[in-house]
Amino acid sequence: MTKWNYKGIKAKDLPKGAVIPEGGTAADYETGGWRTKHPVLDKEKCINCLFCYAFCPDSSVIVENGKVVGFDLKHCKGCGICAFECPKDAINMEDE
Amino acid sequence: MVATLKELAAKEDKLSPGHRLCAGCGASVVARMILNASTLPVVVASATGCMEVSTTIFPYTSWRSSFIHNAFENSGATMSGVEAAYRALKRKGKMKDEFNFVAFGGDGGTFDIGLQSLSGAFERGHRMLYVCYDNEAYMNTGIQRSGATPMGAWTTTSEVGKKQAGKIQHRKDLTGIMAAHGGYVAQASPSNWRDLVKKAEKAFAFDGPSFINVLAPCPRGWRFPSEQTIEFARLAVETCYWPLFEVEGGKYKINVKPKTKKPVTEWLKPQGRFKHLFKDVNADKLDELQKFVDDQWDRLLALESACRLD
Repeated sequence: MTKWNYKGIKAKDLPKGAVIPEGGTAADYETGGWRTKHPVLDKEKCINCLFCYAFCPDSSVIVENGKVVGFDLKHCKGCGICAFECPKDAINMEDE
Repeated sequence: MVATLKELAAKEDKLSPGHRLCAGCGASVVARMILNASTLPVVVASATGCMEVSTTIFPYTSWRSSFIHNAFENSGATMSGVEAAYRALKRKGKMKDEFNFVAFGGDGGTFDIGLQSLSGAFERGHRMLYVCYDNEAYMNTGIQRSGATPMGAWTTTSEVGKKQAGKIQHRKDLTGIMAAHGGYVAQASPSNWRDLVKKAEKAFAFDGPSFINVLAPCPRGWRFPSEQTIEFARLAVETCYWPLFEVEGGKYKINVKPKTKKPVTEWLKPQGRFKHLFKDVNADKLDELQKFVDDQWDRLLALESACRLD
Protein backbone atom coordinates (compact mmCIF):
# COMPACT_ATOMS: atom_id res chain seq x y z
CA MET A 1 0.00 0.00 0.00
CA THR A 2 1.10 3.53 -0.66
CA LYS A 3 1.51 6.16 2.04
CA TRP A 4 -0.36 8.92 0.22
CA ASN A 5 -4.02 8.58 1.16
CA TYR A 6 -5.97 9.51 -1.95
CA LYS A 7 -9.06 7.36 -1.30
CA GLY A 8 -12.11 9.60 -0.89
CA ILE A 9 -9.96 12.73 -1.26
CA LYS A 10 -11.96 15.95 -1.82
CA ALA A 11 -11.36 18.03 -4.94
CA LYS A 12 -10.12 21.02 -2.90
CA ASP A 13 -7.49 18.83 -1.23
CA LEU A 14 -6.02 17.50 -4.46
CA PRO A 15 -2.43 18.53 -5.17
CA LYS A 16 -2.09 21.41 -7.65
CA GLY A 17 -1.35 20.59 -11.27
CA ALA A 18 -2.48 16.95 -10.88
CA VAL A 19 0.84 16.17 -9.23
CA ILE A 20 1.01 12.68 -7.78
CA PRO A 21 3.07 13.13 -4.59
CA GLU A 22 4.30 9.54 -4.41
CA GLY A 23 5.83 7.14 -6.95
CA GLY A 24 4.56 3.68 -7.78
CA THR A 25 0.95 4.16 -6.59
CA ALA A 26 -0.25 2.11 -9.58
CA ALA A 27 0.72 -1.01 -7.63
CA ASP A 28 -2.53 -0.45 -5.69
CA TYR A 29 -4.50 -0.82 -8.92
CA GLU A 30 -5.64 -4.31 -9.84
CA THR A 31 -5.20 -5.37 -13.46
CA GLY A 32 -5.56 -9.10 -12.75
CA GLY A 33 -9.24 -8.93 -13.69
CA TRP A 34 -8.28 -8.59 -17.38
CA ARG A 35 -7.07 -12.17 -17.40
CA THR A 36 -8.74 -15.18 -19.01
CA LYS A 37 -5.83 -17.53 -18.28
CA HIS A 38 -3.31 -17.55 -15.47
CA PRO A 39 0.23 -18.98 -15.34
CA VAL A 40 0.94 -22.05 -13.22
CA LEU A 41 4.53 -22.94 -12.36
CA ASP A 42 5.88 -26.49 -12.29
CA LYS A 43 8.73 -26.16 -9.80
CA GLU A 44 10.13 -29.59 -10.76
CA LYS A 45 10.85 -28.42 -14.31
CA CYS A 46 11.91 -24.83 -13.47
CA ILE A 47 15.65 -24.15 -13.76
CA ASN A 48 15.36 -20.53 -12.51
CA CYS A 49 16.77 -19.00 -15.69
CA LEU A 50 14.52 -16.01 -14.89
CA PHE A 51 13.59 -15.38 -18.54
CA CYS A 52 9.97 -15.17 -17.35
CA TYR A 53 10.99 -12.39 -14.97
CA ALA A 54 12.88 -10.54 -17.71
CA PHE A 55 10.10 -10.71 -20.29
CA CYS A 56 7.06 -10.04 -18.07
CA PRO A 57 5.43 -6.75 -19.11
CA ASP A 58 3.67 -6.43 -15.74
CA SER A 59 6.49 -7.24 -13.29
CA SER A 60 4.32 -10.12 -12.10
CA VAL A 61 6.90 -12.89 -11.73
CA ILE A 62 7.89 -13.05 -8.06
CA VAL A 63 11.58 -13.81 -7.57
CA GLU A 64 13.09 -14.47 -4.15
CA ASN A 65 16.81 -15.13 -3.71
CA GLY A 66 17.22 -15.76 -7.42
CA LYS A 67 14.39 -18.32 -7.59
CA VAL A 68 10.95 -18.04 -9.15
CA VAL A 69 8.45 -18.54 -6.35
CA GLY A 70 5.17 -17.62 -8.01
CA PHE A 71 3.13 -15.00 -9.82
CA ASP A 72 1.54 -11.74 -8.72
CA LEU A 73 -2.04 -12.52 -9.76
CA LYS A 74 -3.28 -9.10 -8.66
CA HIS A 75 -1.42 -7.60 -11.63
CA CYS A 76 -0.82 -10.46 -14.11
CA LYS A 77 -2.86 -9.78 -17.26
CA GLY A 78 -2.45 -13.33 -18.54
CA CYS A 79 -0.58 -12.42 -21.74
CA GLY A 80 1.26 -15.77 -21.68
CA ILE A 81 4.74 -14.48 -22.59
CA CYS A 82 6.26 -16.34 -19.58
CA ALA A 83 4.82 -19.69 -20.69
CA PHE A 84 5.79 -19.10 -24.34
CA GLU A 85 9.37 -18.08 -23.55
CA CYS A 86 10.06 -20.73 -20.88
CA PRO A 87 12.83 -22.97 -22.27
CA LYS A 88 11.73 -25.92 -20.07
CA ASP A 89 7.93 -25.63 -20.49
CA ALA A 90 7.69 -25.19 -16.74
CA ILE A 91 4.84 -22.67 -17.02
CA ASN A 92 1.36 -23.58 -18.16
CA MET A 93 -1.48 -21.18 -18.89
CA GLU A 94 -4.67 -22.49 -17.26
CA ASP A 95 -8.22 -21.15 -17.54
CA GLU A 96 -9.42 -18.90 -14.74
CA MET B 1 30.16 -5.98 -16.46
CA VAL B 2 26.57 -6.61 -17.43
CA ALA B 3 24.18 -7.28 -14.55
CA THR B 4 22.75 -10.80 -14.46
CA LEU B 5 19.03 -11.45 -14.27
CA LYS B 6 19.53 -12.64 -10.70
CA GLU B 7 21.10 -9.30 -9.78
CA LEU B 8 18.41 -7.35 -11.59
CA ALA B 9 15.62 -9.37 -9.96
CA ALA B 10 17.01 -8.66 -6.49
CA LYS B 11 16.08 -4.98 -6.88
CA GLU B 12 12.59 -3.53 -6.92
CA ASP B 13 11.39 -2.69 -10.43
CA LYS B 14 11.52 1.01 -11.19
CA LEU B 15 8.28 0.61 -13.17
CA SER B 16 5.54 -0.71 -10.92
CA PRO B 17 2.82 -3.11 -12.10
CA GLY B 18 -0.76 -1.86 -12.27
CA HIS B 19 -0.18 0.21 -15.40
CA ARG B 20 -2.90 -0.04 -18.03
CA LEU B 21 -0.74 -1.12 -21.01
CA CYS B 22 -2.23 -4.02 -23.00
CA ALA B 23 -1.49 -7.62 -22.02
CA GLY B 24 1.72 -8.63 -23.77
CA CYS B 25 2.86 -5.05 -24.44
CA GLY B 26 6.46 -4.81 -25.64
CA ALA B 27 6.93 -1.24 -24.42
CA SER B 28 6.74 -2.03 -20.71
CA VAL B 29 9.25 -4.89 -21.11
CA VAL B 30 11.62 -2.37 -22.71
CA ALA B 31 11.04 0.28 -20.01
CA ARG B 32 11.58 -2.24 -17.19
CA MET B 33 14.83 -3.54 -18.66
CA ILE B 34 16.26 -0.07 -19.31
CA LEU B 35 15.33 1.38 -15.91
CA ASN B 36 16.41 -1.69 -13.94
CA ALA B 37 19.83 -1.39 -15.59
CA SER B 38 20.34 1.93 -13.78
CA THR B 39 22.19 1.69 -10.48
CA LEU B 40 21.24 5.28 -9.62
CA PRO B 41 17.74 6.66 -9.04
CA VAL B 42 16.22 7.86 -12.30
CA VAL B 43 14.32 10.92 -13.44
CA VAL B 44 11.91 10.06 -16.24
CA ALA B 45 10.12 12.10 -18.87
CA SER B 46 7.78 10.70 -21.44
CA ALA B 47 6.29 11.95 -24.67
CA THR B 48 2.56 11.53 -25.10
CA GLY B 49 1.88 7.98 -26.19
CA CYS B 50 0.82 4.54 -25.00
CA MET B 51 3.37 4.51 -22.23
CA GLU B 52 2.55 7.95 -20.88
CA VAL B 53 -1.24 7.61 -20.88
CA SER B 54 -1.33 4.16 -19.35
CA THR B 55 1.30 4.62 -16.65
CA THR B 56 0.09 7.94 -15.23
CA ILE B 57 -3.66 7.80 -14.75
CA PHE B 58 -4.38 10.02 -11.72
CA PRO B 59 -4.08 9.17 -8.82
CA TYR B 60 -1.97 6.26 -10.04
CA THR B 61 1.57 6.39 -11.36
CA SER B 62 3.71 3.40 -12.26
CA TRP B 63 6.97 5.30 -12.01
CA ARG B 64 8.86 4.68 -8.80
CA SER B 65 10.85 7.83 -9.55
CA SER B 66 10.31 11.45 -10.48
CA PHE B 67 8.26 11.66 -13.63
CA ILE B 68 7.36 14.55 -15.88
CA HIS B 69 5.08 14.69 -18.85
CA ASN B 70 4.85 17.84 -20.88
CA ALA B 71 3.58 17.32 -24.41
CA PHE B 72 3.92 15.11 -27.46
CA GLU B 73 6.72 16.91 -29.26
CA ASN B 74 9.09 17.88 -26.49
CA SER B 75 10.22 15.08 -24.19
CA GLY B 76 13.78 15.73 -25.46
CA ALA B 77 13.50 19.44 -24.59
CA THR B 78 11.75 18.78 -21.27
CA MET B 79 14.40 16.34 -20.13
CA SER B 80 17.24 18.61 -21.24
CA GLY B 81 15.68 21.38 -19.12
CA VAL B 82 15.45 19.08 -16.12
CA GLU B 83 19.06 17.99 -16.58
CA ALA B 84 20.28 21.60 -16.98
CA ALA B 85 18.38 22.66 -13.83
CA TYR B 86 19.92 19.75 -11.95
CA ARG B 87 23.42 20.76 -13.04
CA ALA B 88 22.78 24.36 -11.94
CA LEU B 89 21.54 23.23 -8.50
CA LYS B 90 24.53 20.97 -8.12
CA ARG B 91 26.94 23.74 -9.07
CA LYS B 92 25.37 25.99 -6.40
CA GLY B 93 25.70 23.21 -3.85
CA LYS B 94 21.93 22.88 -3.39
CA MET B 95 21.82 19.26 -4.51
CA LYS B 96 24.23 16.42 -3.92
CA ASP B 97 22.44 13.25 -5.08
CA GLU B 98 23.28 11.57 -8.37
CA PHE B 99 20.61 10.71 -10.94
CA ASN B 100 20.25 9.23 -14.38
CA PHE B 101 17.99 11.15 -16.73
CA VAL B 102 15.82 9.14 -19.11
CA ALA B 103 13.27 10.27 -21.67
CA PHE B 104 10.89 7.80 -23.30
CA GLY B 105 9.06 8.34 -26.54
CA GLY B 106 7.16 6.11 -28.88
CA ASP B 107 7.95 6.10 -32.58
CA GLY B 108 5.32 8.82 -33.14
CA GLY B 109 6.88 11.02 -30.45
CA THR B 110 10.39 10.36 -31.73
CA PHE B 111 10.48 9.65 -35.49
CA ASP B 112 7.88 12.28 -36.34
CA ILE B 113 6.64 14.75 -33.74
CA GLY B 114 9.53 14.95 -31.28
CA LEU B 115 12.45 14.76 -33.71
CA GLN B 116 13.33 18.47 -33.45
CA SER B 117 13.50 18.54 -29.65
CA LEU B 118 15.52 15.32 -29.57
CA SER B 119 17.90 16.73 -32.18
CA GLY B 120 18.31 19.90 -30.11
CA ALA B 121 18.99 17.97 -26.91
CA PHE B 122 21.72 16.00 -28.71
CA GLU B 123 23.29 19.08 -30.23
CA ARG B 124 23.45 20.78 -26.80
CA GLY B 125 25.04 17.64 -25.37
CA HIS B 126 22.87 17.04 -22.29
CA ARG B 127 23.80 14.04 -20.21
CA MET B 128 20.61 12.08 -20.77
CA LEU B 129 19.35 8.90 -22.35
CA TYR B 130 16.51 9.03 -24.84
CA VAL B 131 14.76 5.73 -25.45
CA CYS B 132 12.47 5.25 -28.42
CA TYR B 133 10.16 2.25 -27.98
CA ASP B 134 9.34 1.64 -31.59
CA ASN B 135 6.01 -0.13 -32.10
CA GLU B 136 5.87 1.07 -35.69
CA ALA B 137 2.69 3.14 -35.68
CA TYR B 138 0.59 5.51 -33.55
CA MET B 139 -0.82 2.68 -31.42
CA ASN B 140 -2.22 4.85 -28.63
CA THR B 141 -4.75 6.53 -30.92
CA GLY B 142 -5.67 3.30 -32.68
CA ILE B 143 -2.99 2.28 -35.20
CA GLN B 144 -2.18 5.13 -37.59
CA ARG B 145 0.89 5.12 -39.83
CA SER B 146 4.06 6.83 -38.63
CA GLY B 147 7.53 7.42 -40.03
CA ALA B 148 8.49 4.09 -38.48
CA THR B 149 5.78 1.96 -40.10
CA PRO B 150 7.36 -0.47 -42.60
CA MET B 151 6.29 -0.45 -46.22
CA GLY B 152 3.29 -2.66 -46.91
CA ALA B 153 1.93 -2.61 -43.36
CA TRP B 154 -1.76 -2.11 -42.86
CA THR B 155 -2.78 0.72 -40.52
CA THR B 156 -6.02 2.70 -40.33
CA THR B 157 -4.38 5.47 -42.38
CA SER B 158 -2.58 3.19 -44.85
CA GLU B 159 -5.47 1.00 -45.93
CA VAL B 160 -5.48 -2.10 -48.06
CA GLY B 161 -7.56 -2.14 -51.23
CA LYS B 162 -7.40 -2.17 -55.01
CA LYS B 163 -5.29 0.99 -55.29
CA GLN B 164 -3.00 0.49 -52.33
CA ALA B 165 -1.53 -2.40 -50.37
CA GLY B 166 -0.76 -0.88 -46.99
CA LYS B 167 1.82 1.84 -46.44
CA ILE B 168 3.45 3.01 -49.68
CA GLN B 169 6.72 4.41 -48.30
CA HIS B 170 9.59 2.71 -46.49
CA ARG B 171 10.37 3.53 -42.84
CA LYS B 172 13.03 6.11 -42.06
CA ASP B 173 16.38 5.21 -40.56
CA LEU B 174 16.11 7.09 -37.28
CA THR B 175 19.06 5.33 -35.63
CA GLY B 176 21.19 6.52 -38.56
CA ILE B 177 19.87 10.07 -38.17
CA MET B 178 20.75 10.05 -34.47
CA ALA B 179 24.17 8.50 -35.15
CA ALA B 180 24.90 11.50 -37.38
CA HIS B 181 24.46 13.71 -34.29
CA GLY B 182 27.27 12.01 -32.35
CA GLY B 183 26.95 10.81 -28.77
CA TYR B 184 26.20 7.17 -27.96
CA VAL B 185 23.59 5.66 -30.27
CA ALA B 186 22.36 2.07 -30.32
CA GLN B 187 19.61 -0.13 -31.66
CA ALA B 188 18.33 -2.97 -29.46
CA SER B 189 15.59 -5.52 -29.01
CA PRO B 190 13.95 -6.87 -25.82
CA SER B 191 14.50 -10.44 -27.09
CA ASN B 192 18.27 -9.94 -26.60
CA TRP B 193 17.93 -8.74 -23.02
CA ARG B 194 21.65 -8.95 -22.20
CA ASP B 195 22.51 -6.76 -25.19
CA LEU B 196 19.77 -4.29 -24.22
CA VAL B 197 20.85 -4.09 -20.56
CA LYS B 198 24.48 -3.65 -21.64
CA LYS B 199 23.54 -0.80 -23.96
CA ALA B 200 21.49 0.87 -21.22
CA GLU B 201 24.43 0.57 -18.79
CA LYS B 202 26.76 2.03 -21.42
CA ALA B 203 24.37 4.90 -22.06
CA PHE B 204 24.06 5.70 -18.35
CA ALA B 205 27.85 5.71 -18.01
CA PHE B 206 28.32 7.89 -21.11
CA ASP B 207 29.17 11.52 -20.40
CA GLY B 208 26.88 13.08 -22.96
CA PRO B 209 23.66 12.41 -24.86
CA SER B 210 22.68 8.87 -25.73
CA PHE B 211 19.89 7.33 -27.75
CA ILE B 212 18.62 3.76 -27.88
CA ASN B 213 16.06 2.69 -30.44
CA VAL B 214 14.28 -0.43 -29.19
CA LEU B 215 11.77 -2.51 -31.10
CA ALA B 216 8.58 -2.94 -29.06
CA PRO B 217 6.23 -5.40 -30.78
CA CYS B 218 2.55 -4.50 -30.36
CA PRO B 219 0.09 -7.44 -30.28
CA ARG B 220 -2.92 -5.20 -31.05
CA GLY B 221 -1.39 -3.16 -33.86
CA TRP B 222 0.69 -5.88 -35.50
CA ARG B 223 -2.14 -8.40 -35.13
CA PHE B 224 -0.54 -11.36 -33.36
CA PRO B 225 -1.32 -13.29 -30.14
CA SER B 226 -0.12 -11.54 -26.97
CA GLU B 227 2.24 -14.32 -25.85
CA GLN B 228 4.46 -13.93 -28.96
CA THR B 229 5.71 -10.38 -28.30
CA ILE B 230 9.29 -11.43 -27.56
CA GLU B 231 9.25 -13.99 -30.38
CA PHE B 232 8.47 -11.25 -32.91
CA ALA B 233 11.28 -9.12 -31.52
CA ARG B 234 13.58 -12.15 -31.90
CA LEU B 235 12.45 -12.86 -35.48
CA ALA B 236 13.06 -9.23 -36.40
CA VAL B 237 16.67 -9.65 -35.28
CA GLU B 238 17.14 -13.04 -36.95
CA THR B 239 15.81 -11.78 -40.29
CA CYS B 240 18.07 -8.69 -40.04
CA TYR B 241 14.98 -6.50 -40.31
CA TRP B 242 16.04 -5.04 -36.95
CA PRO B 243 19.85 -5.25 -36.75
CA LEU B 244 21.41 -4.82 -33.31
CA PHE B 245 24.26 -2.33 -33.51
CA GLU B 246 25.80 0.58 -31.70
CA VAL B 247 27.64 3.71 -32.78
CA GLU B 248 30.25 5.10 -30.44
CA GLY B 249 32.51 7.99 -31.42
CA GLY B 250 31.18 7.67 -34.97
CA LYS B 251 32.21 4.02 -35.20
CA TYR B 252 29.64 1.38 -36.11
CA LYS B 253 29.67 -2.00 -34.40
CA ILE B 254 27.19 -4.76 -35.16
CA ASN B 255 26.44 -6.66 -31.94
CA VAL B 256 24.53 -9.64 -33.31
CA LYS B 257 25.24 -11.30 -36.65
CA PRO B 258 22.76 -14.14 -37.21
CA LYS B 259 24.46 -17.35 -38.38
CA THR B 260 21.81 -17.84 -41.01
CA LYS B 261 19.87 -14.80 -42.14
CA LYS B 262 16.22 -15.86 -42.23
CA PRO B 263 14.01 -14.56 -45.06
CA VAL B 264 12.01 -11.53 -43.95
CA THR B 265 8.77 -13.38 -44.78
CA GLU B 266 9.25 -15.44 -41.60
CA TRP B 267 8.76 -12.25 -39.62
CA LEU B 268 6.05 -10.84 -41.89
CA LYS B 269 3.81 -13.85 -42.42
CA PRO B 270 2.47 -14.46 -38.89
CA GLN B 271 1.52 -10.77 -38.54
CA GLY B 272 -2.03 -9.80 -39.46
CA ARG B 273 -0.96 -6.34 -40.65
CA PHE B 274 1.00 -7.94 -43.54
CA LYS B 275 -1.64 -10.57 -44.44
CA HIS B 276 -2.48 -8.97 -47.82
CA LEU B 277 1.17 -9.10 -48.94
CA PHE B 278 0.90 -12.87 -49.28
CA LYS B 279 -1.67 -12.65 -52.11
CA ASP B 280 -0.20 -13.19 -55.59
CA VAL B 281 -0.89 -9.60 -56.69
CA ASN B 282 1.45 -8.25 -54.02
CA ALA B 283 4.40 -10.60 -54.61
CA ASP B 284 6.52 -7.66 -55.79
CA LYS B 285 6.00 -5.95 -52.43
CA LEU B 286 7.57 -8.90 -50.61
CA ASP B 287 10.57 -8.76 -52.95
CA GLU B 288 10.87 -5.04 -52.35
CA LEU B 289 10.79 -5.52 -48.57
CA GLN B 290 13.44 -8.24 -48.76
CA LYS B 291 15.60 -5.94 -50.87
CA PHE B 292 15.13 -3.12 -48.36
CA VAL B 293 16.28 -5.41 -45.53
CA ASP B 294 19.23 -6.76 -47.56
CA ASP B 295 20.38 -3.27 -48.57
CA GLN B 296 20.12 -2.03 -44.98
CA TRP B 297 22.14 -5.01 -43.72
CA ASP B 298 24.81 -4.71 -46.45
CA ARG B 299 25.15 -0.99 -45.72
CA LEU B 300 25.64 -1.73 -42.01
CA LEU B 301 28.29 -4.36 -42.75
CA ALA B 302 30.07 -1.87 -45.02
CA LEU B 303 29.89 0.85 -42.35
CA GLU B 304 31.29 -1.51 -39.76
CA SER B 305 34.22 -2.62 -41.91
CA ALA B 306 34.92 1.00 -42.95
CA CYS B 307 35.17 1.92 -39.26
CA ARG B 308 37.68 -0.87 -38.66
CA LEU B 309 40.15 0.37 -41.28
CA ASP B 310 41.66 3.33 -39.48
